Amino acid sequence: MGSIIERIKRGHFWTFHGGIHPPEQKFLTTDKPIRAVSIPDQLILPLQQHIGISADLQVNVGDKVLKGQPLTISTHPMAVPIHAPTSGTISAIKNAVIAHPSGLSELCLFITPDGKDKWRERQICTDVSKLTSNNLIDKISSAGISGMGGAGFPTQVKVSTREKIKFLIINAAECEPYITADDLLIREHSPSIIDGINILNTILSPEHILIGIEDNKPEAIKILKKLAANNKKIQVCVLPTKYPSGGEKQLIQLLTGQEVPAGVLPSSLGIVMQNIATCFAIADAVINDIPLIKRVVTVSGQALQKPQNVWSLLGTPVGYLLEQCGYPNKNKKHIIMGGPMMGYSLPTDQVPVVKTTNCILAPSEKEISSPYSTGTGEVECIRCGQCSDVCPAQLLPQELQWSAKAKDHQQLNKLNLFDCIECGACAYVCPSQIPLVNYYRISKSEIREQKQLDIKAEHAKVRFEARKERLARDKIAREEKQRIAAEARKARMNSGTTEAKSELSAVAQALARVKAKKAQTNVQTPANEEISSSNVAQKSQVAAAIARAKAKKLAAQKNITSEKTIPAGENIDTPKVVDDKKAKIAAAKDITFDDNPIHEKNEQVSITEQAVVDKKAKIAAAVAKAKARKLAEKADVKDVTVDDNPIHEKSEQVNNAEQVAIDKKAKIAAAVAKAKARKLAAQQAKSAANPSDEITNEQPKSESI
Amino acid sequence: MSMLMTTLMAILVLGSMALIFGAILGFASVKFHVEGDPLAEQVDAILPQTQCGQCGYPGCKPYAEAVANGEAINKCAPGGEDTIKKIADLMGVEPPPLDENHDTDNFPKVAFIIEEDCIGCTKCIQACPVDAILGTTKQMHTIIADECTGCDLCVEPCPVDCIVMIPIPKTPQNWQWDLNNIPVVQLD
Repeated sequence: MGSIIERIKRGHFWTFHGGIHPPEQKFLTTDKPIRAVSIPDQLILPLQQHIGISADLQVNVGDKVLKGQPLTISTHPMAVPIHAPTSGTISAIKNAVIAHPSGLSELCLFITPDGKDKWRERQICTDVSKLTSNNLIDKISSAGISGMGGAGFPTQVKVSTREKIKFLIINAAECEPYITADDLLIREHSPSIIDGINILNTILSPEHILIGIEDNKPEAIKILKKLAANNKKIQVCVLPTKYPSGGEKQLIQLLTGQEVPAGVLPSSLGIVMQNIATCFAIADAVINDIPLIKRVVTVSGQALQKPQNVWSLLGTPVGYLLEQCGYPNKNKKHIIMGGPMMGYSLPTDQVPVVKTTNCILAPSEKEISSPYSTGTGEVECIRCGQCSDVCPAQLLPQELQWSAKAKDHQQLNKLNLFDCIECGACAYVCPSQIPLVNYYRISKSEIREQKQLDIKAEHAKVRFEARKERLARDKIAREEKQRIAAEARKARMNSGTTEAKSELSAVAQALARVKAKKAQTNVQTPANEEISSSNVAQKSQVAAAIARAKAKKLAAQKNITSEKTIPAGENIDTPKVVDDKKAKIAAAKDITFDDNPIHEKNEQVSITEQAVVDKKAKIAAAVAKAKARKLAEKADVKDVTVDDNPIHEKSEQVNNAEQVAIDKKAKIAAAVAKAKARKLAAQQAKSAANPSDEITNEQPKSESI
Repeated sequence: MSMLMTTLMAILVLGSMALIFGAILGFASVKFHVEGDPLAEQVDAILPQTQCGQCGYPGCKPYAEAVANGEAINKCAPGGEDTIKKIADLMGVEPPPLDENHDTDNFPKVAFIIEEDCIGCTKCIQACPVDAILGTTKQMHTIIADECTGCDLCVEPCPVDCIVMIPIPKTPQNWQWDLNNIPVVQLD
């Protein structure tokens, strides 16, 4: 322990495996002050700008908000609120493209600024030393501060650790080759940063505070050293420039020699790391009551005329910042959010700046060519092994790449894919220009999704088993109940009283009746057999489908030969079938009638009845919808009354007209009923509609006969 | 004579050694018997557990048992090609294409009840294999989206067709890094 500090004091540090030295491009912006840009016409604030979950919305469209007013309220430690960056009106709450490599949309608040930039009431804290650690954490939490280095972990979660903290490490390494935001922030606002560090000191009371900074920022180092001289706890550790020394695990290893094991938070080793920009935001929030509504963004790249660090309000569209920095108006834009090593290309320039945005890069085509315009230029791996030489996590990138391409998730887990920090060093040195990190990212998301699916499958299995058990239990209970009831009945019948005797004889009579009926049904007309078979068909979908097809065929035949049909007496007596299979039975019955001998006399009736049957078929299709069912019932009653009466030309006409009206209604009901009417229902309606059309054709013909 | 003796000796020695080692091996196989994971269990672990019954079996486990007993391995529609490949690897056979009778559309979905149309018949509740539908007689039903496996079984019994299957939308949380599918719009 003591030796670590002694070593640091002597300026000796540890090292991490690998790392690269990409060409330094900080000179583009390092010599210019941070510029304040004017308020844009519209601010877009994604509800979620950090790792975790989004907080609850507190405003509505049309609300007037003041600068610094909270727009969401946090109800969960991993939820971080957002605040209005300026005064104005909420113009919309809708999905918009967010700063995410997927280019997907998420819920965003749109604020139209009123230009007054009017603050809500603020409470300036004059003496921070009076506040307790809990007060400070509350203030940090309500100010919506999340890590500003890139990952965006909620700060209040990080600082409310219960572990005993040995080292508070302030990350000012800023190892990405273009970014100078932290450098400039230190140079211009170092007193605030020291205030922020002191606040963290109060909360965490670490034994030592280490500021890790790379040696390519001499001015910032000078300022920090001067300020740190007043506080014996603070050590400014000047590290040799090497990418990615700003990674959390790498910086910890550089400063303390400790490796953070996989899946373990640094706090369990007694280490907490905060970004230097987060320290500034903490000081602003606690002392000046300014929530996190603006940040320093490096707008850089050789495509810009005036690359510079800017104070950007959160929610400012990237395009607006680029415009302010002299981005030429050209057709093909290649914009990267984040640094060139770990950033991602943006789908549009309307993406807003969020809490984690430290850099916007607009490189010229020569500097970094757009992968979308040129392709990746990837060729086969030549197994040179340079990638494993530079990997700071000591992984085997080439092995990972092969397994990732083969989607061998087991092997990827064995090779510790999830220890990859996606720094991009391997892809940088790859002579075959393989976009290695992309493969790892794809595999990581696949494995994560698979894990989710496995959890869900296991859950479903448990629920399925539980349900099966419950059903079995219910069945046993039911059977038991029936058995007891049957026993009770038997006991009652055998009790020998007169009541029991009469009950017994009633049962015997009923049995005899059933037997007689059975015998009768055996000596029945083929028509009835057909009907009983259609009852069977009702149960079997296949048989019904065949019957339907037959009916269709027959109906077609009828149309040509205008064959005369006779109703079977059963037709009118047929009990009203209410279920969906009605159409099929009706269709099956149609065949029956055609098979019967023809009687001239009943012809008129037959037509009406056929109409009834066909209409039934049609309505049955519509019955799929509950609304149509009611109509069908009505129609049935009407038609049956007509059939019972002697038929007159006139009444038939009326019946006909009614039928058309009902048909129409049913049709409309069926059509309007549901947009998602199933294919099956549609088919049924179609097959049923054909015969009904034939009726209208047939009617005048039969009248002329 | 000595020649015969030597031969007999050799047979005797080797034969007794074989007996001894045989006994040791036999004892070891009983003593250190490892209860192997039965095949059906392993297949069941691969299946997606939607309990949809599209394979013709009442749930994933019965199908897993059937596969272990020689049923075709290409009947799991929700699992699709991936599941077939995994079972084929496990069984040591060539992965056949998905059964023609099945939809190849295995995009994850979740059922949704259009609540104003629901008449409260409870038919879907009885059909749901994972008890993911909440409701009672003549009361509006609703689906517990987190529990729904998207198996489709509730759609058929609904008499008023008020259940629809909605594809699960892609969000930045469940998004897969597929660089070819990023809607890159190069604005002018």
